[in-house]
Amino acid sequence: MDEKLKPRGVSIVGSMTPKQFFATYGSLIGLIALFFVISIIKPNFLDIGNLINILRIASINGLLAVGMTFVILTGGIDLSVGAIMGCAGMYSAYFAQQSMGQPAIVAVLIGVVVGLALGLFNGVIIAYLKVPPFVGTLGSLGIAKGIMFLLSNAKPIPSLTPEFKFIGGGSIFGGNLPVPIVIMIIVLAICFLLVYKMRYGRYVYAVGGNMNAAKISGINTKAIICSVYVISGVLAALAGVITSARVTSGVTSTGDGYEVNAIAMVVIGGTSLMGGRGRLWGTVVGILLLTVLTSGLDFLGVNTYYQLIIKGFVVIGAVMLDGLNQD
Amino acid sequence: MSLVEMSGISKSYFGVEVLHEVNFTLEAGTVHALMGENGAGKSTLVKVLAGIHKADRGTVKIEGKEVDIGSPAQAAELGVAMVHQELSPIYEMTVAENIFLGREPGAGGFVDAAQLTRQTKELLDTLSLQINPKEKMKNLRVADQQMVEIAKAISRDARILIMDEPTSAITDREIDRLFAIIEDLKARGTGIIYISHKMDEIFRIADKISVLRDGNEVGTWDKGDVNIDMLIKSMVGRELEMQYPKISVPIGEVVLEVENLSLAGQYEDISFQLRRGEILAFVGLVGSGRTELMHSLFGVTHPDSGRILYEGREIHFKKPKDAIDSGFAYVTEDRKKEGLVMPMNIQHNVSLSALFNYVKGGLIDAKHESGTVQGQVDALSIKCTSSRQLVKSLSGGNQQKVVVAKWMLNEPKIIIFDEPTRGIDVGAKAEIYKIMGDYVSRGNAVIMITSEMPEAMGVADRIVVLSDRKKSGELKRDEFSQEAIVKLEFLHMMGGGAK
Repeated sequence: MDEKLKPRGVSIVGSMTPKQFFATYGSLIGLIALFFVISIIKPNFLDIGNLINILRIASINGLLAVGMTFVILTGGIDLSVGAIMGCAGMYSAYFAQQSMGQPAIVAVLIGVVVGLALGLFNGVIIAYLKVPPFVGTLGSLGIAKGIMFLLSNAKPIPSLTPEFKFIGGGSIFGGNLPVPIVIMIIVLAICFLLVYKMRYGRYVYAVGGNMNAAKISGINTKAIICSVYVISGVLAALAGVITSARVTSGVTSTGDGYEVNAIAMVVIGGTSLMGGRGRLWGTVVGILLLTVLTSGLDFLGVNTYYQLIIKGFVVIGAVMLDGLNQD
Repeated sequence: MSLVEMSGISKSYFGVEVLHEVNFTLEAGTVHALMGENGAGKSTLVKVLAGIHKADRGTVKIEGKEVDIGSPAQAAELGVAMVHQELSPIYEMTVAENIFLGREPGAGGFVDAAQLTRQTKELLDTLSLQINPKEKMKNLRVADQQMVEIAKAISRDARILIMDEPTSAITDREIDRLFAIIEDLKARGTGIIYISHKMDEIFRIADKISVLRDGNEVGTWDKGDVNIDMLIKSMVGRELEMQYPKISVPIGEVVLEVENLSLAGQYEDISFQLRRGEILAFVGLVGSGRTELMHSLFGVTHPDSGRILYEGREIHFKKPKDAIDSGFAYVTEDRKKEGLVMPMNIQHNVSLSALFNYVKGGLIDAKHESGTVQGQVDALSIKCTSSRQLVKSLSGGNQQKVVVAKWMLNEPKIIIFDEPTRGIDVGAKAEIYKIMGDYVSRGNAVIMITSEMPEAMGVADRIVVLSDRKKSGELKRDEFSQEAIVKLEFLHMMGGGAK
């Protein structure tokens, strides 16, 4: 290598400058610091039961954020995930009623199919009919809500089968590992493969980074765009199914406003809303950071209104940190 | 007292030193050319002056006063304007809005639209540009976009005007116009820094020439004291045997045949043949339909009528993927817009269109991928710290090599090069020509669109000339001459404002 090309200047990790380092790992450092501070004030925050509870909450909210990561990487946005979550949760609850006499798997599949159908609807109108993602998914938000109310008539659906309730409230490994966490781990494993090891992930980045270059390279850009909304819809549905099972009934308010949290988790993780730049493990950090922050502040007895303000600043701070590296 | 005096300028980014203690002096009323290979530091040096980058060390004096240029706005206040190499218009805004962005005429926060249009019209008229001020930038050809960028810089009445590759996308006729403008500015005492790789332009317009190599200053001469060979030698640090190395390759059978191809408004009744081992150049003024024709060959657009025969069989590419699968590749004109995914690294860009070759059991075999990519990085001598470097941090010439490497990976049978050496230095140009020569010597064929006549004549086996969206002629190597080509270029344009 040419002598001139050898890196000079300070580096902390590999060839990173301090700025790049903080932009990349700032959220992770924040997460660790947060843990540290809360557990010093209240040592029983670190009780295994409490930690598992945090992970369970993180798993349900995190599913939306993982799906959202794919969408945002292409430069899109999905405002309908909360509504899809509610709608799919309601449909699976409907079929999980004891009076229906269906096995749990049928209820789950129906929920997932509802999410897939709504996701596909988003994908088609955005990729093929050229509706801007913001507007298209805003429309679907209303559609999904409406479909949900049509089924439930705005009433909760109670008395679900125990088998179905196990998906949200059950645990395996001698009752130590809640099922939602297991589902999240499986989903994450698949998504990590997709993003980092398979062609699909590469194409998602390429479409978000430069649509024209991707098209000229022979990538079916429309299919890629369509597919990310399907992923987002399916994962939102999964979150809805788990929530119905966890609260042991279909509730109409399920998923309300969850899209905002999901987007916040993704951007805290360093994924750019412009598309083409971001990381899935960053989203995992974002999921944990927001969830730990919420539980931690609850744990410390901080007033909910202050919590909102603190969370707002955390989102802005994380994105600001990331922006440092952009010039 | 000199107009600009930059001394001891050093600058590193991404941990790489790109300027090392460079001194540069610009006198009022002169054109000072800045030359050097890709990544020599020319763009970085002028960007320090234009307030885009901040030097790590060194001082800048303007008319003897030391200044601290922290932003483009400050540079503008000090009378520095710049025409950027990479076009950066706001495509959704009109020509007039782009030119007067940030200094729109009008009072109290309101924009006086009529005056905006009128001022733009006046400006464009003085530069004899026939561009509608109310047209959106995205609807202009690349050449017109570049002229608008030039007009924008000139409209600032700067004392110091920096032009970074101002002619990379424009044709000879517009270059003449630009040079007349430059002479006029010179007479008014403006100092002009002119970055270009085109020797003929440098010797036509420059008063002084400075050469940078690997971030170091090699020397500064008056134009009369140097010749092309000396400059090339000082830029590359070695003798270049030839500017246009032409490898003699036996010409084989016809591989591609185009018959009476037409697409309304884009090109009309085009026929030609392409043989194995051949480099076929397409020349023509901007707007002559060259790129549009190639888009149809590659399946981006679809012809209304006519036939394309590939290896004797008629083909209908519905999308670029079909063309790639059949052995076509397309090195695009605008590497930023269509060639590269800027936020991705070299490796991911190079392997993008050939990724299916590196998949085992659904997963990408990273070792296989990086090995092959590294082979291409070495073969094309792409200057980088590693193939994990982001392409946006590479110089223009190295970015172009990444695009070429990407397509080479597919081992295509026909490569279409659209302005393959736009904005690239002589050393890298010769390397690209050699890559083309080696490629056709393996029994493949190349179609090359170019606006640089010496390039077409130096590299091609045959030249097809387009004029006003129609084919106006075809020349064999022994028929090549500037006059013949220009005549054909204007064949269908007489009475349409041609000279």
